[in-house]
Amino acid sequence: MERERVYLPVLSRVAVCGGTHGNELSGVHVVRERLKEKQQRVDDEEDEDVVSVSNILTNPRAVQQCRRYTETDLNRCFTRATLSSAVSDRTPYEISRSQELNILLGPKGSPQAVDLVCDLHNTTANMGVCVIAYSDTDWICLHIFKYLQHHMSDVPVRYIHFDLPCREAYSLDSLGKHGFALEIGPQPHGVVRSNVYTYMKTGVELMLDWVRLFNSGTVFAGGLVEVYTMVSAIDYPRERHTHNIMAAIHPELQDKDFCLLRPNDPLFETFSGATLRYQGPEPMYAFFINECAYYEKGIALSLARRRSVEVPPVQMKSGLEHPGDPGTSEEEEEED
Amino acid sequence: MSSNNVASFNEARRVAIFGGTHGNEMSGVTLVNLWMMNSREEIQRKGVETQPFITNPKAVEKCSRYVDTDLNRAFTTENLSAPHGKDLPYEVQRAQEINRLFGPKGSSEAYDVIFDLHNTTSNMGCTLILESSKDHFNLQMMNYIKKAIAPDSCPVLLNEDPGLKYATARSVAKHSVGLEVGPQPQGVLRSNIFEAMRIILKHALDFIELFNEGVEFPPCTVDVFKVSERMDYPRDSNGNIIAMVHPNLQDCDWEPLTPGDPMFQTFDGKTIPYEGAGAVYPTFINEAAYYEKQQAFVTTRRETLAANAIRKV
Repeated sequence: MERERVYLPVLSRVAVCGGTHGNELSGVHVVRERLKEKQQRVDDEEDEDVVSVSNILTNPRAVQQCRRYTETDLNRCFTRATLSSAVSDRTPYEISRSQELNILLGPKGSPQAVDLVCDLHNTTANMGVCVIAYSDTDWICLHIFKYLQHHMSDVPVRYIHFDLPCREAYSLDSLGKHGFALEIGPQPHGVVRSNVYTYMKTGVELMLDWVRLFNSGTVFAGGLVEVYTMVSAIDYPRERHTHNIMAAIHPELQDKDFCLLRPNDPLFETFSGATLRYQGPEPMYAFFINECAYYEKGIALSLARRRSVEVPPVQMKSGLEHPGDPGTSEEEEEED
Repeated sequence: MSSNNVASFNEARRVAIFGGTHGNEMSGVTLVNLWMMNSREEIQRKGVETQPFITNPKAVEKCSRYVDTDLNRAFTTENLSAPHGKDLPYEVQRAQEINRLFGPKGSSEAYDVIFDLHNTTSNMGCTLILESSKDHFNLQMMNYIKKAIAPDSCPVLLNEDPGLKYATARSVAKHSVGLEVGPQPQGVLRSNIFEAMRIILKHALDFIELFNEGVEFPPCTVDVFKVSERMDYPRDSNGNIIAMVHPNLQDCDWEPLTPGDPMFQTFDGKTIPYEGAGAVYPTFINEAAYYEKQQAFVTTRRETLAANAIRKV
């Protein structure tokens, strides 16, 4: 028996963000290209839409230097504490920038915040296309994910849930009423791979197609989706004094993101050739395997549990709904 | 093409292995740190003093390619002869120090062989980089390595055109050998890449040991890819790239690229074809560090070099 339809407010304002990490180049170029295309439409006077989309390079200084960040990781600067901290001329650039972005796209948690933030990221891990969000009950994010997964059939598309309450959410996408990161790999930092760029551009366009359909009253059918909920992370074995890593991700695990890691499976290979094995009590799904930027955060790989979530049918709240409206039809059919 | 001449060289007694010339190329950093902190049996050979060395420690500390300027372009005559001083860019100071320890470049006191360990984001496999087509010692070494790892391949990249070659850290030695292994993202250590580099180095050191023991290596030929031209990305008037390496070319290092083949793809999806005079063999395709050097890939042409027989003096 299908779940009852959920009515959700229109998504009037969407922000597409790139360059939050300045060396994750697909997002940088997608945003630049979208800004160019938008200017072209303005020039051609073709700029009407059922949604207002802002395309933003969020960390221009890091983009200019082609570095992840200049002083501190911008994508950890969106906690309520950081957003409300006092600034001086000694405040790291990224903290000032997070507060500017909060004014531009937020304020976080307020009715003025943009409806949806899509933050574009790349990873050196072989993760395919991932939608990463703080919630497994945000039906907007889950429906967008379902739509992307349906329409992007030549690449795996997965949903990763970081189970953190709002007040602890630290990333840029938490500024909007709804938000998610679109994380695509593998791509080395500082490189743009054409296939990865194309997946990202397509993903953004599909997301906006969904938003336009939603804003036009389309009913989206519900269904079951698989969600990977992040549980823990494992660091590299390190030398006590230098803190240098003493092993690499095992060749049998390298590039196997979303494989099921069972107790005793190979995890690392030391430089003298010994295999170190997974000692956890339960099998878990491994992801962010060998992400470059996580060496300094003490993460060699992350672990998740997987489960199915039942996503209800959704429709934009128009204010005209009555109890007992007809049940949902297939996606993209208009309501009578 | 064989020759009756046997080229004689002194024993290679002093050998250095450089890691961290680019601080974010992790295989070399890891291998050299390993050997500097633990026993060096793996790299020891009879009669050879093998010195592992981190050439750019500040860049390694920051996990960045360089601090002020690219160390692997810094060994110019001008830099090496500049008056010493703390005002010099960090890497120029390092170049002078390295030249003092392992050179002086061009002198008889210089180290016999330097292996410089590098990684690339390009799909180049295990590439050996040669700076002179007339270094018969190096050619024989490369022939030895290629045979030792067959059927796996080990392309040899020859970069000796004065307009295209650059003043590398390893150039202070009498015989300079670049090891370039990829694909590996900067800042990442991949186990398979690490092991591949280790194996190449093992064979190279075995060759040196055999040579020093008096083995004569008969004449041979070595197929090489000779650097021909640098190709930049198409750019706009602000210098930003407006296209990417085409999906058909991405990861196709060492495969022929013929006129008309797709080369770049613009951000709005158009294909830009290669329009050279004939077929070339591209490499260093989409190397992260070369965006700022205005290089999307280099073209090479295949050549066969002849090496004389060699033995020690």
